[in-house]
Amino acid sequence: MLDIKNLKASVEGKDILKGLDLQVKAGEVHAIMGPNGSGKSTLSQVLAGRDTFQVDGGSVTWDGQDLLAMPIEERARAGLFLAFQYPVEIPGVSNAYFLKAAVNAIRKHRGLPEFDAMDFLTRVKAEMKAVGMKEEFLYRAVNEGFSGGEKKRNEVLQMALLEPRLAILDETDSGLDIDALKVVADGVNRLRSPDRALIVITHYQRLLDYIVPDHVHVLSQGRIVRSGGRELALELEEKGYGWIGDAGEIHAAPPAAGGAQ
Amino acid sequence: MSAVDTWVSAFHARSAQQPGAALPWLADLRRQAIYRFADEGWPTRRHPRWQHTSLAFMDQQDFAANAVAPDAAAALARLRGDDAGHWLVFVGGRFNAELSDIGALPAGVQLTSLADALDQHPEAVQAAFGSATDGDSPAALNLALATDGAWLRLPRGVALEAPVHLVFITNATDASQHLRNLIVAEANSEATIVEHYLGEGEATTLTTAATRLQVDADARITHLKLQQEAEPAIHLASINATQARGAHFASHSLSFGARLARNDIHTRFDGEGCDTLLNGLYHLDGRRHVDHHTSINHAQPRGNSREFYRGLLDGNSRGVFTGRIIVAKDAQRSDAMQRCDNLLLSRAAEADARPELEIYADDVKCAHGATVGQMDEDSLFYLQTRGLDDAHARRLLTYAFAAEALDRIALLPLRKQARAALMARLPGGELLEELL
Repeated sequence: MLDIKNLKASVEGKDILKGLDLQVKAGEVHAIMGPNGSGKSTLSQVLAGRDTFQVDGGSVTWDGQDLLAMPIEERARAGLFLAFQYPVEIPGVSNAYFLKAAVNAIRKHRGLPEFDAMDFLTRVKAEMKAVGMKEEFLYRAVNEGFSGGEKKRNEVLQMALLEPRLAILDETDSGLDIDALKVVADGVNRLRSPDRALIVITHYQRLLDYIVPDHVHVLSQGRIVRSGGRELALELEEKGYGWIGDAGEIHAAPPAAGGAQ
Repeated sequence: MSAVDTWVSAFHARSAQQPGAALPWLADLRRQAIYRFADEGWPTRRHPRWQHTSLAFMDQQDFAANAVAPDAAAALARLRGDDAGHWLVFVGGRFNAELSDIGALPAGVQLTSLADALDQHPEAVQAAFGSATDGDSPAALNLALATDGAWLRLPRGVALEAPVHLVFITNATDASQHLRNLIVAEANSEATIVEHYLGEGEATTLTTAATRLQVDADARITHLKLQQEAEPAIHLASINATQARGAHFASHSLSFGARLARNDIHTRFDGEGCDTLLNGLYHLDGRRHVDHHTSINHAQPRGNSREFYRGLLDGNSRGVFTGRIIVAKDAQRSDAMQRCDNLLLSRAAEADARPELEIYADDVKCAHGATVGQMDEDSLFYLQTRGLDDAHARRLLTYAFAAEALDRIALLPLRKQARAALMARLPGGELLEELL
């Protein structure tokens, strides 16, 4: 589904991604972990199409197409979804209008009939219930004055409504207490299916207790320095990121517990 | 002969036909006003209140009536829909009884054309008329030439439930129209007054308008002005309010039309505990220019003022905002807040926002801020990642920026009218129709 090869990206002349490789197949859940500044959010933004990041090399193929050549909205319409680490507040636009415009833009692209107001409301209310959002959030401005947890729920709501084929969750766990985390994780887990893939970007393994990944990758200094199964996340939880050298060189194996540099 | 002389000659030619021409006080006042205008001429950038808007070009500007008049009845029908309300329609600067529908009024309320009021209640009109020294020279020209306008007098304690709509439409015979609206709201009365300025056509026309509002103790007056003149029009207007103890005055100025529009909006707190809201929204494109020159005079203690102006500036347009706040020496515990925010939709558009604070009291809360910015890239990106294309996302954010101003209009039907007027101006507004 998604094939990233030797991806290099920079912002304002500063190299951030320095040759990243990742393959994601339908149905898989990949976790990308790494310390602050390792390039996790840059990866998600580059995949979604943010133009403040310059792609300096490598390729990203999406179902055989060059993803990097697609405009932002085309990526979304093709089924790529990014749940933002910091969802944007848009005063003056009701959440209801925003959600409906988004759903219909994507339905139109898929050749499905656009929802009318009634169908949309029925659908959105059901999904809101599932992520524990009160109906009043439909009539408030997009994310405006929402708490951290409410914003993240709104992201999961959008994901549920847009039914992406690949969803990237960028630090969706940050700023959430454990109850909110469970609700968000439940929302995400409901969407797991054999034809849908997930990339879960997180600093902490705690989210992975609830969204269990098939593959875990450690990102450091703009490269994936280690990949493994779920046990790798647990190992990171125990040992921290200290075993990753400053220059990002890869140790043959993480040092024993307590031996972090 | 300079253009100023042209207006003076026009004055002399018309003065005998002016409403109330037989009233000596009024004839005097008009003469004083035209002399003042002749003496001062059009303001230029040298004038401290006109630093960003020179009217020097008016000396060379020819005005002409449009070849074809807009269909006033149709324009009114579009605007009015099925609203019952009180509707006074003025075509080419004169009251049109046929199109108007004043409706039923509570006992004692006077709602007529100014011309009728001059016949029926000349003394009350005289007290409210204003003087030749008010405002700057365009205001003096208005006083001298005004042919009509609305007269509204609300007796003590009376509330008008439905808004009073004043509709001003250009015609095919007059190159200029000059309107004067006088509103006297006695203690504890309440009303909403809406001024609509409509025009169509290719000719350069001139509108001058002056609205004076006397808001007595504890009265509540909301004034909304929707300026949608034709693109080549020049629109010079002033709104002057005085507020007695505990009076509430809200002004919403929406400026969407005209090549050049100037609005002087002033209110003065003549009693304690007044409050005011000055809300404004302008949208400009092409080479158009709008200037809002506002002032709030906290002359008495414990007044509260809130002022919010927003501009959407496209093309080579220019939006000017001046917000003067005066807090007199004894006006303790005044609370004033002012914001002006501009969204530039093109590189060539220009915004000027100038707060002017004169604070002589020491126990005062006063905050002000101004921003000039472009479309927020984070918001655009967010919308695009949800499948909206660039154009739709931009329209939505442009609308959203303006919506904050619209949301301050408390009466829903008026907010909807204002929205419809904005949508009609925004490219691709039809995409956003569901927002209505």
